[in-house]
This record gives sequence, structure tokens and C-alpha cells, in this order.
Amino acid sequence: MAPNYIPPADAALIPQDCERGPLSCFALWLGALSVILLIGVYAAYLVLSRGLGMTALDDYFGFGLWITFDLGVIALGAGAFFTGLLRYILNIDPLKNVINLAVIIGFICYTGAMIVLVLDIGQPLRAWFGYWHANVHSMLTEVIFCITCYCIVLIIEYIPLILEQKQINRVPLFHAIAHNLHVVMPLFAGMGAFLSTFHQGSLGGMYGVLFGRPYAFRDGFFIWPWTFFLFILSAVASGPALTMLIAALMEKMTGRKLVSQDVKMLMGKIAGTMLLVYTVFKILDTGAWICGLAPSAGLTFDQFFYGWIYGKWLLFAEIALCGVLPCFMLCSASMRANPRLLYAAAVLDCTGVVINRYVLTVQTLAMPSMPFDQWATYVPNWVEWAPCFLVLAYGGILLSLSYRYLPVFPQEVELNGGQRPGSKPNTWGL
Amino acid sequence: MSANKHFNVKWGMAIDLDKCTGCGACMVACQAENNLAPLADASNKQRVPNWLVVYELSNKKSFPDHEIAYLPRPCQQCAEQPCATVCPVVATERNEEGGIVSQIYPRCIGCRYCMAACPYHARCFNWFDPVWPKGMEKALTPDVSTRPRGVVEKCTFCHHRFMQAKDKVRAGGGEVYVRGTDNKLHCAVPEDGYVTSCAEVCPNGAIVFGDLNNPEHRVHRLVTGNANAFRLLERLGTDTAVYYISRREWVRRLGDNYLPDEDTQKPKQILPKRH
Repeated sequence: MAPNYIPPADAALIPQDCERGPLSCFALWLGALSVILLIGVYAAYLVLSRGLGMTALDDYFGFGLWITFDLGVIALGAGAFFTGLLRYILNIDPLKNVINLAVIIGFICYTGAMIVLVLDIGQPLRAWFGYWHANVHSMLTEVIFCITCYCIVLIIEYIPLILEQKQINRVPLFHAIAHNLHVVMPLFAGMGAFLSTFHQGSLGGMYGVLFGRPYAFRDGFFIWPWTFFLFILSAVASGPALTMLIAALMEKMTGRKLVSQDVKMLMGKIAGTMLLVYTVFKILDTGAWICGLAPSAGLTFDQFFYGWIYGKWLLFAEIALCGVLPCFMLCSASMRANPRLLYAAAVLDCTGVVINRYVLTVQTLAMPSMPFDQWATYVPNWVEWAPCFLVLAYGGILLSLSYRYLPVFPQEVELNGGQRPGSKPNTWGL
Repeated sequence: MSANKHFNVKWGMAIDLDKCTGCGACMVACQAENNLAPLADASNKQRVPNWLVVYELSNKKSFPDHEIAYLPRPCQQCAEQPCATVCPVVATERNEEGGIVSQIYPRCIGCRYCMAACPYHARCFNWFDPVWPKGMEKALTPDVSTRPRGVVEKCTFCHHRFMQAKDKVRAGGGEVYVRGTDNKLHCAVPEDGYVTSCAEVCPNGAIVFGDLNNPEHRVHRLVTGNANAFRLLERLGTDTAVYYISRREWVRRLGDNYLPDEDTQKPKQILPKRH
């Protein structure tokens, strides 16, 4: 503890030996996030009360920003299952220092995607039909099953962390539950890895099976189009990168060291390795698409692109700028050792995956399928943006509360033990 | 569901594009027959619910070689549907004798995956609840359910008329399906007993409707062995039930995507087998 540290009013709730900013600053921060959240709630009210006509979606763009956002956060939330798999099943021990954060981010991403999906489907009260009238031939059915099941797994993984809160953990029953859940956590990590692998894949499969949409359609293996495997690989290549980036962002905002640099570098190495595998297959897939599938559909390479909005630069940005480049950076030990390069590569990595989800969702639908059809363009309106920011604000609130009151970072006390007296302990007052 | 089911009766259309003047009567008849609500603001055409849309085709040549054609596009009632296979809740399927792809409004969850899958843009979504101008609700077709907001809808080949025609046969004491002169089962509904509203209203007789499998039906004769008949996006292998006829090569060429040097007369390569 720094000598000039004044415990905040809620010190009794804060993890042992961890410094936190004044409660007033924290409340202000939560208030700011709540404003964003409330704007999103208002947009959600408009959609639920009046209909999806409040959005900029139309009969050409049945999928738009929300589906792109969902696919993006689900891919970026893959850090939870993949880190869990590496930590609990493959016993990569240093990842214990970041697994709690990965679980919280995964929980935020998946529950956030669910919130947006409730708005996105026209009849949210019928969402359970996915179970009751399941079409076993539909990739979306598999997605519905696996995402909801995996959400439950994430809740189970999050619970022991909540029960380890200083005051809650004093209750013997909660202490025992938390302890025992930790003991069986490898089981849930395994279940999470299984479920997550399949729904990440099925999300990709959703596009690959669209044989009427030549931008997305892919050949494949057995019942799975190549996009099935590419989505899994891209998710595990970007999920750990986002987890590492959020750890770094939290350190910047709180002014405290939360995860040691070697763990961050390890996360970068994992992301880089998976990105290498993904990029190789993505390039092969793109080549087969351009040289094989496109001509067999009677289409030339140029016909897949249109103007600036759906231009070839997106393909270049996705594969070269946000694929090959970050792959090279993350696979190089010397570059990983430089925090700025490490974070820049991670940002590029995550951006590439989001571009991939965007083009497969929007460009697929924008492209004319019949020769006499026209390219269509889509620009989302504020009613679509606001719920996305709602999810980001919700994530910010949940992460802030977790950081302040739960023992999220096992290394925090050790890493901040040598803090110089008089140093500024908390840059954002959090 | 996914299987390409064979039916004895396959309702289909032959649309002669050289006869179509693009008057749009088929669109209006379809809207009136199938209870499609008018929109207060219909300026965004990608939001206007239409089960049948008339496209304008151009040969993209300048005067005096410039030519246009009009192409009415109902649901193509694919035997190998891109849409029904992807629906997560079996709200659309091709599972009834006649081969019409159904749309079950009370089951549709409004995910719009089928719309993303359909290359013909045959499906539309109810972005708002339908609002009927005062008095118009009295003119609704009683046999066609109106749809709430949040569900997908599409052309059903006026399926309610098929039901009415079958009822008429049964009421007359007959069997709906009888063996024909070719020793195959055919629908006992007479050729003019079940006609879609678009075919019925077309002033030029450009749209002919009937059983594609029945040699006695005009639609069968129009498309069988006709070198001028084609279907939209045939290389996708969707095996649609709507045929188009044109004596103009450039019109037929617009029926599918072709590479610049590709010969339209050659048998098309069907895309790889789906997953």
C-alpha cells in the first residue's frame, strides 16, 4: 500500500491489499457509462414497441450492423473458452493470471450478443422456438443451442469469482461453493471449449452454406463449409488478443499493474500462432474462391466488389494489413517484447476479424445475385448503433464493478507491492 | 427441411417475357389477393412488401439497338431451396403435394436468415405492423391470414386458391389425386380450377400457371423441349418451378451469371454439392 493511500468509503468490499480510487470518482464513471446505456435502452424500446422498421435494415439487408456486432463480439469473446482450454486442459499455468478477466470478457461478449439478438429478431417472444421446432439442417439452430448453453457455462465460470468477493466469501456456504466450483472448473472449461468451438464454427457455416450468395458460399468438408473452420481459427486468433488488450487498457485507466508483461506477451504469442494458422488457411480459401468457385458461378473477381464502400481495399485490409502484418508482429519475440508493437498488432488482429465478419454479413447481401439486379448499400442508423454502445457500456460497468470488488487479477498485489511513496496511484480515480 | 422431395404434382409457371409489357397488374393483383398492406411512405422500395416484383431488363445498347424486357419475379418455389434449409425453426418448408414452399407465419421468429439465403429476393419482412386505410380492411381476402410485424412472408402461388379448388373437387364427390393417361398421379383440380391471381389478371396472358408434370397442362407443353425457356440462376441447382420464355438471346443470357466469353448454350456447371 502506498503511504498516502486513503481507503475509499467502500473499502470493506474491496479485495485485500488492493488500492482503489475514491467511491465518488467510481460513481461518476459508472454514471457516465449509464447515460450511454440508457440511450441504448431507449433505442431498444423503440424497436420493441414499434418494430424493426425503426432501423435502417431493409429487405436486401436483413442482416446488418447488429449481426456484424454479434459475430464480432462472439469472436472476440473467444478468449474465454480458448484461455480456459489452455489453462485447465493443457495446463499452461501462467494463464491463471488472466483467466478471470477472460471469463468476464467472454461473459460480457456473449450476454451482450444475446441482448442485441433479442432486438434483432422480429419476434423475440418466439426465440425458444429454436429449441422446440429445431431444424437440424440449419447452422443457425446449432448456433442457438450452443450459444445459450455456453452462456450458462460462462455464468458457472463467473460465479466462483463473485463468491470470492471479500464479504461474500466469509459465508461458509459460499466459500465452499466457490472452492468446489474451482475444483470442477476443468470440466466446465472442457464443455465451454466444445460448445464454443461448434458455435463459432456454425456462425461461419451460416454463411458458407448460402449457395445462392456467391460472396459467402464455400465448398467444404462433409457438412461443414470452409468458413466453419475459418471462423473457429479467427476467433481463437483474436480472442486472446482482445483479452490482453483489455488488460492493458484497464492498467492505463487504473494506473495499476494488473497482469505481468510476460503473461501479456504469452497471450500475444498464442494469438500470433493461431493467427498464423488462420491466415494461411484464409489465403488458401480466398485463392480457391477466386480461381474456383467464382468462375463456376459465372462471376469474375471484379464483380465481387463495388466502388469504395465494398471495394477491394476491404479484402486487402482484412488479409494483408490485419492478417499477415499482425501475424508477423505477434510471431516475432522481439516485437512482442515492445508493448506498443504488441498492442498495435493485437488491435490489427481484432480489426481484421471484425472486417471479416462485416464483409461476410453485409457485402454478401449487397452484391447482386441476379445479373439484372443492382448493388445495394447499407448505412446503419442511430437506433442500430445505440444498442451496440449499450453493450459496450454494459461491459464497461460489469468490468469496472468486477475490477473494484472482485479478486480478478491474482498478480495485482504482487505487481504493485513496490509502488513508490507519493506516486500517483490511480490515473482515472478508479 | 432440406431434402429435394419429388411430388407427382409440381405447380409452376411459364412467363413469356416477350409478351410482358411491364404493366404491373400482376403486382397489384397479388397485393390485393394476398392482403399486402399499403405503406404510408413507400419511397424506399427495399422496404415495400411485394410478393411479386417486375424487374426491368435492358440490353444496355444505345438507340436504335436499345431494347428492354420486363421480368415478373414471384417466389421461384425451388425444389432445392436455399431458404428452407437454413430456417432454424422449420417455419418454411416444401412438404406438400404440389411442391409449393410454405411460410408459417405463427412459427417464424423473424431472424431473416431465409432472406439472406434467397438469391431471388423473393422474401420480404414485416418491418412494422400492417395498417389498413379506413374501409380497406373490408376488402381483405378472408382466406389469407394477415401478418404481424416481425415475420417474413413470400409468394405462396396463392395457396388458398389451391385449397379452395381441392375443396370444390371434394364437395363434388371426387378424389383430389387421380391417375392420369400417363399412369401417374395427377391433381383432379381442372387446369383452370386453380390459377394464381397474377396469372389470372395478366392482360397479355404472359403468365401461364399449372402442373409442370402434367402433359395435358399448357404450362408443361410450353416449357418442355422449348429452347427459349430458361429458369433464373439455373447453375445454382435450385430446380425452380418458374420458367421464363424469350426468343431474344440477350434476355435469356440475363437469366444467369455468365463469364464474358461463356457460351449460354452449353450445359451449365452446377455449383458443388451443398453441405
